[in-house]
Amino acid sequence: MNARRVFADLGQARHLGLVVAIVLLAVVGLVTVPDSFATTSNLVSILSLAATIGVITVGATFVIIGGGIDLSVGAIMALASVWATTLATQTFGQDVLELEGSGPVVMVICAVLVGTGAGLVNGLLISYGRLVPFIATLAMLVAARGLAQRMSDRKTQLVHPDNSALVELSTTRLLGIPLLVYIFALVVAVGWVVLNRTTFGRRTYAVGGNPEAARLAGINVRRHTMLLYALSGLCCGIAAVLIMARTTTGSSTHGDLYELDAIAAVIIGGTLLTGGRGTIIGSILGLLIFTLITNLFILNGLNTSDQLIAKGLIIVIAVLLQRRNLKERSP
Amino acid sequence: MKENVARRGFLVGGAVLGAGALVSACTSNEPAAQPQPAQNTTAPAAAATGNDQPGQKVVIGFSAPAADHGWIAAIAKNAEATAKQYPDIEFKPVEPTNDINAQISAVESLIQAKVAALVLLPNDGQQLNQVALQATAAGIPVINLDRIFPDKLAYRTWIGGDNYGMGVAAGHYVGKKLKDKGVTNPVIVEIQGIATLPLTQDRSKGFEDALKTYGFSVTAKQDAKFTVETGNQVATSLLQAHKKIDALWNHDDDQGVGVLAAIKESGRKEFFMVGGAGSANAMREIQSGGSVLEATVTYSPTMASSAIKLARLIAQGKGMSDLVENQVPQSITLASETITKDNVEKYLPLGFES
Repeated sequence: MNARRVFADLGQARHLGLVVAIVLLAVVGLVTVPDSFATTSNLVSILSLAATIGVITVGATFVIIGGGIDLSVGAIMALASVWATTLATQTFGQDVLELEGSGPVVMVICAVLVGTGAGLVNGLLISYGRLVPFIATLAMLVAARGLAQRMSDRKTQLVHPDNSALVELSTTRLLGIPLLVYIFALVVAVGWVVLNRTTFGRRTYAVGGNPEAARLAGINVRRHTMLLYALSGLCCGIAAVLIMARTTTGSSTHGDLYELDAIAAVIIGGTLLTGGRGTIIGSILGLLIFTLITNLFILNGLNTSDQLIAKGLIIVIAVLLQRRNLKERSP
Repeated sequence: MKENVARRGFLVGGAVLGAGALVSACTSNEPAAQPQPAQNTTAPAAAATGNDQPGQKVVIGFSAPAADHGWIAAIAKNAEATAKQYPDIEFKPVEPTNDINAQISAVESLIQAKVAALVLLPNDGQQLNQVALQATAAGIPVINLDRIFPDKLAYRTWIGGDNYGMGVAAGHYVGKKLKDKGVTNPVIVEIQGIATLPLTQDRSKGFEDALKTYGFSVTAKQDAKFTVETGNQVATSLLQAHKKIDALWNHDDDQGVGVLAAIKESGRKEFFMVGGAGSANAMREIQSGGSVLEATVTYSPTMASSAIKLARLIAQGKGMSDLVENQVPQSITLASETITKDNVEKYLPLGFES
C-alpha cells in the first residue's frame, strides 16, 4: 500500500505545478534582466545559495513525512558551525593527532557529530520523553543558540588559515560548479534513495501516516521517530560544513529563521504537515522557487520587504492548490 | 571647490582626532598601578589629564543590549575595561538583554540602587525613554550612549557615533578615488545593514549626498542583516547582477566577512570595497594590501569607554579638563574616521574583534 504510494509520488504530475512555477519565474528573469539572469555563473550562484538550506530541507522532509516537526534546524546548524570553528577543534588535528592537514577533516567530523548529537537529543525527548515535537525542538532552538553564543562568546569565528582546505569546498570548482553544490546533490540523491528505496523510507511514511497502524504492523515507532530527528540533525551538521565553507566563519547568527524557510519549502513541495505524504524532489523544487525569487529580486534591485510579501503569497497559493488537488484525487 | 574644502576639513578633523588619540595613548602614564589592557582588548588607554585625578568614589550603572554582534560585544567590554582603570569607580552592570521589557526592569533596579550615574545604551531609544525620564527624575544623571532618547529631558549627556557622517566618509573615499581614476558613470554598489533601522537610512543618505558632490550616484543597493551569512548571500547575488563594478560600500564589517568571502569565491578584482564600523578583521585585511577591501569608515565602540569617563566626571561634578566649561557638554558626536593602508597601524589597537 505504502510502497505503491511511494512509486506514485515519482510521477511527474505531482510536481507539475512546481515546475510550472519555476518556469514562470525563469521567464520573468529572462524578460526583466536578460543579461545577468540566464548566465552559467548566475545559475551556479543560485545553486550555491540553495545548497546550505537545501541539505537541511532534506532532513526536514523526513521529519515532516514522519509526522513531526523540527524547529531547531537553524540553531543546530549554528551550534555545529561554532563548535567546529572553536580554537580547540581547529587545532585538534595539528596538536593532538599530530597529523598534518587533518584540521579540516576534524572540523567536518565535529560539525556532523554535533549536529547528529543535538538531533538525537531532540529524538530522545520526543520518543522516550514523550514531549510534543513542537515543544522539544523549540526548546532545542533556544538552547542550541544560547550554547552557540556562549561557546563563541558571541563573536564570529573565522576558519583558521591552516584549515583553509575547508573553504575550498566553496571555491574549488569541478566542471564550473563549486564542490558544495555536488555535496548538496549527493545529499538529495541519498535522501531520495533512502526515502523511496529502503525499508527505512517506507517505515517513515507508515509512521507519519498512521503511527498506531505502523506499531501494529511491527514497526518500532519510537525508535524510528528518534532516528528521524537524528537524521535531521545530521543534515544540519552537513549544512554547517557548507556554511563554514561559504562564509569562512562559524557564528551563532548563522541559520537565523532557517527552520521557517525549510518548513515553507517542504510545504510548498507538497508534503503534508500532518505526515505520511510527501517527496524530497517536491521539497527541493519548493526551495528552488524561494531561492529564485530572492535572486530575481536582487538582480532587479528590488526591496527585501516586497520579497517577503511574495514568499508569503506563494506559500498560501501553493497550499490552496494542493488542497484542490487532494480533493480531486480522493472523491 | 567648496566641496573639496569641506572634504579636506573633514579628513583633517579625522586626522587630528586620530592623532590626538595616539598622543594620549602614548603619553598615558595613568593609572600606573593598573596593568594596561592586553593588545587585543579594545579599550583605549586613559588620557593623562587633570580629569584622571582620583576623586570621590562613585557607582556607575550600565545597561546595554545583549551582544549578538561584535560591535555590541565590544561596547560592553570597553565600558568594563575603562571602569576598571579607575579606582574611584564602582562598576555596576546589569544583565544585557534584547528584550525591551527586561531592559526597562534592569534600569529600574539600577534606579532603586541609587547609582551615581547611569550609562545607557537602549535597545530602542523611543521605548526606553520613559524609564530614562524616571532615572533623571530620581536625580540620576543619564549618559545616553549612541541610540538617542527622543526626549532631551531624559538624559544629561549624549555620546554616540555619526551614521550620516559614516556614509559621507565612505562616499568621499569612493567619490575621490573614482574621480582621480577618471571613471565616468561608475557602477557603485551599496550593501546595507538592516534596512528598517534609522541608522541604516542615515548611512545611505550620507553616502548618497557625498557621492552627489562628485556627480555620482548609487547604482544598486541591497540590505543584509548585519550577519556574516546574509552579507554573503546578498553579495553573491549582487555580483551576479552587476558584471562590472567600480566600487562597493558595505555598511558593516561584521557582515563584511561574508561579503569578502563571496567576492573571493567569485574571483572578481575589478573594483575596490570600503567597509564600515572598523573591526579588527577588516583592519587586518586592509593592512594585508592585496585585498579588494581598501578602507573602512569607523563607528567606533570606543565610545563606551568615553561614556564611562563622562559618567564619572558628571557624577563627581567635574567638567572636562581640556574644555573651559565647568560641566561636561550636553552632547558629543564622534567623527567617522577613514582607515586606509596608510593609517591602519594607528587604529588597529582600537579595532574590535567581530
